[in-house]
Amino acid sequence: MKCFVGIDLGSTTTKAVVLDAEGRVLGRGITNSRSNYDLAAEVARTEAFVSARFNHLEREVERAGGQEALSRLLLAFRMEQMKVQLQSLRARIEDEIGRTVAPALRAGAAEAVAGIFRRIDAEEEARLGESSPSVRSDFFRDAAGSAYARLAEEAAPAAGVTFDVLLGLYDKCIVAVENEPLALGFQEHIGKALERAGASAAVRDAVHASATADFDVAATVGTGYGRARLPFPKEQIRSEILCHGLGAHVLFPATRTVLDIGGQDTKAIQVDARGIVTGFQMNDRCAAGCGRYLGYIADEMNMGLHELGPLALQSRRPVKISSTCTVFAGAELRERLSLGERREDILAGLHRAVILRAMSLLARSGGIEDEFTFTGGVARNAAGVRALEGLVEENYGKRRINISADSIYTGALGAAHFALRGAAA
Amino acid sequence: MAEEPDKDRSMLLQKEMIGAHYRRLEAAPETGEPVVYTFVPGNLTELIRSFGALPVLPEINALQSAMRGRSMPFIAAAEKAGHSEDVCSYVKCDVGMMKAGNVGPTGTRLPKPDLLLLSYTGCYTFMKWFELLREEYQCPTVFLQVPYQGDGAETPAQRAFMVRQIRESLIPALEKVSGRKYDEDLLRENLARSAASEDDLVAVLQSAKKTPSPIDAYFGAVYYVGPIFSAFRGTEEGRAYYAELRREVEERAARGEGPSTPSGRLDRQKHRLVVEGPPNWTHFREFWRMFADEGAVVVASTYSKVGGTYDFGFRHDPGDPLGSLADYCSGCYTNRSLPSRVAMLESYVKEYGADGFLVHSVKSCNSFSAGQLTILREVERRTGAPGAFIESDLVDARYFSAANLKNRLESYFQMLDARRAGATA
Repeated sequence: MKCFVGIDLGSTTTKAVVLDAEGRVLGRGITNSRSNYDLAAEVARTEAFVSARFNHLEREVERAGGQEALSRLLLAFRMEQMKVQLQSLRARIEDEIGRTVAPALRAGAAEAVAGIFRRIDAEEEARLGESSPSVRSDFFRDAAGSAYARLAEEAAPAAGVTFDVLLGLYDKCIVAVENEPLALGFQEHIGKALERAGASAAVRDAVHASATADFDVAATVGTGYGRARLPFPKEQIRSEILCHGLGAHVLFPATRTVLDIGGQDTKAIQVDARGIVTGFQMNDRCAAGCGRYLGYIADEMNMGLHELGPLALQSRRPVKISSTCTVFAGAELRERLSLGERREDILAGLHRAVILRAMSLLARSGGIEDEFTFTGGVARNAAGVRALEGLVEENYGKRRINISADSIYTGALGAAHFALRGAAA
Repeated sequence: MAEEPDKDRSMLLQKEMIGAHYRRLEAAPETGEPVVYTFVPGNLTELIRSFGALPVLPEINALQSAMRGRSMPFIAAAEKAGHSEDVCSYVKCDVGMMKAGNVGPTGTRLPKPDLLLLSYTGCYTFMKWFELLREEYQCPTVFLQVPYQGDGAETPAQRAFMVRQIRESLIPALEKVSGRKYDEDLLRENLARSAASEDDLVAVLQSAKKTPSPIDAYFGAVYYVGPIFSAFRGTEEGRAYYAELRREVEERAARGEGPSTPSGRLDRQKHRLVVEGPPNWTHFREFWRMFADEGAVVVASTYSKVGGTYDFGFRHDPGDPLGSLADYCSGCYTNRSLPSRVAMLESYVKEYGADGFLVHSVKSCNSFSAGQLTILREVERRTGAPGAFIESDLVDARYFSAANLKNRLESYFQMLDARRAGATA
């Protein structure tokens, strides 16, 4: 089948979307952008094709054995992928111990690390046996990192090394693992996953059909901050403003104004009835008030980024905050806390400040027309959305605000549609 | 004169003229030629030179320093002396240069002023700037109060007011510092040469109505207006320069060639733009390349009218020397009201067949920046040409973010492409 790929190389995450010739989404993939953009693009693309094949499989399996068999198979597949990366991580850490840990501590560190990896392997096996395993990060760095840190804390005292030494080993080696081109595709691991999952003959046939389904990439378009690093000719690169505009149009065809708050920039975009950008405004080089600002706040408060919104929603008396300077975010926060302000009230104020800055860009871009589509990481933050809803109504009256559950893929979706349109032209 | 592949004959000629002028300024304390510091907008060069005095243009020194990569240490020196980060970077560059021994951009020492002549008051900062210089040099100052063209045209009373100030304040001051009597015949001769140069310059600027345009009316025009806006208007060298420039451009137009740019000759012109606002000087060629690499040529700009506006018919008039000097002072671009700036831009977009309209807003200059978003929207509304807004600064490199500008410009050019494709689809 002919397919079209869009890749959005963002400052925080890299996303890929695969479409069929009718513009239907076949698969989506995401990874953290790390320091190696080329590899991030490759990982996201591989993930998008893994998801495309699983989606294909889903249709086949539904006929053959039902949803449960598919979930089990996906879990087993993820575990196989995880194992490849864990092996690489373990080898690198062992090598690092030999090279950098003080001789007196080496044996202890090696023993602790061996124990940690044995336990991670066991936990992974156990996870496969659980009926509903807990949700965890899509990124190896986060999934493996949280298990490693937890187990290192327990292993350190007995091994006679400090937790810091063990964690330092992880921090050094994870970057190398992320930058290593490992084979993580569907074909490479689906066989072993099938063995583990123990599927029926009908499911096996379905898997075979999905593994051999022909995805023939007819065109690829890249976008995002790292787009210049993509190994594509210039004609296959589009600015993220155009891609977000078109992506939002594809998700919500009546869209006329798009707000995207990403990791390091905020974009206010006006589009016409065909999804073509007619005007836009972006923040200047300062990333104040962008997603990264909330990231710093989360770090400063020792919270997960996803926990900020729900806490801010508990506020009854939001604090007025005017500065959204990322550099001073920590200082601002500590000052407010020292004044005795409540955390939820400060957070509500911070979210409002982020949205106020976006409102200024929206005004400069030509205002907010119906319908209004909000995309980017901050669109997943309930407190950000609530602040936006209030300010939009206050300034422009009632507007329909669209937020897609897949909004993080908006840029990649637009890029894939540019690939499709380009091929059709 | 060494051949430089991407530079025109006229650019090399100008480089020689500027070098010679700075050398002459350096020798002024010995030769006894009086020195008058004055600003670019609406300057009275013909009158100054009729007294045998030499003009020094502080903004030109600042921008020339920036183009040679020398502005940042001057700005740092001014900040150290107490000028805040928000002060106009031209001022800080000039003040810093003064503190560092008044060594000009070409490495020669600048003489002290015998007179400070403020002939444009639309920029409040100019007044404060000369206050600083007066404090430093303790020299006489003439302050012409130039009426703002709030109603879009100079009234007879405003004109008479200007002539009276020139006759009663400025001429006696110039007589005093030069020791010469006012010689109106000499002034008329200078003005006749000015008018000839102005005819040539207008022919050069209007050549951009052709397709392809033989000039870049923003980046290239910065060079073209250099002599006429600075020390050379009304001089024989100035007249010869403009005759040569016109010949060069007409030859190029006859060959159907585009202008020389830092990316080579721009014959394939994909986008014709009108630009509002001054350029950035610290990364001038890099900034230009962002346009040229995308096949964008500027066909008209307002910055090339910042000293004075000739393309709507004004010429210095030997038959009415002081009256035409008054008109010149009043008619410079930033002394015009917002509606007349919009009308001017509208006529540029229409008459020069532009595809788009771009505002480059600089942090330093409120005279330019105030109202630019209104201008953007209004010009878009009247012409249908899509607008865009980019930001940096004049001579403070810290406000030039290459990645951000490139991102916005690429998005804009792709938007023009997409709209063009959409319009023909």
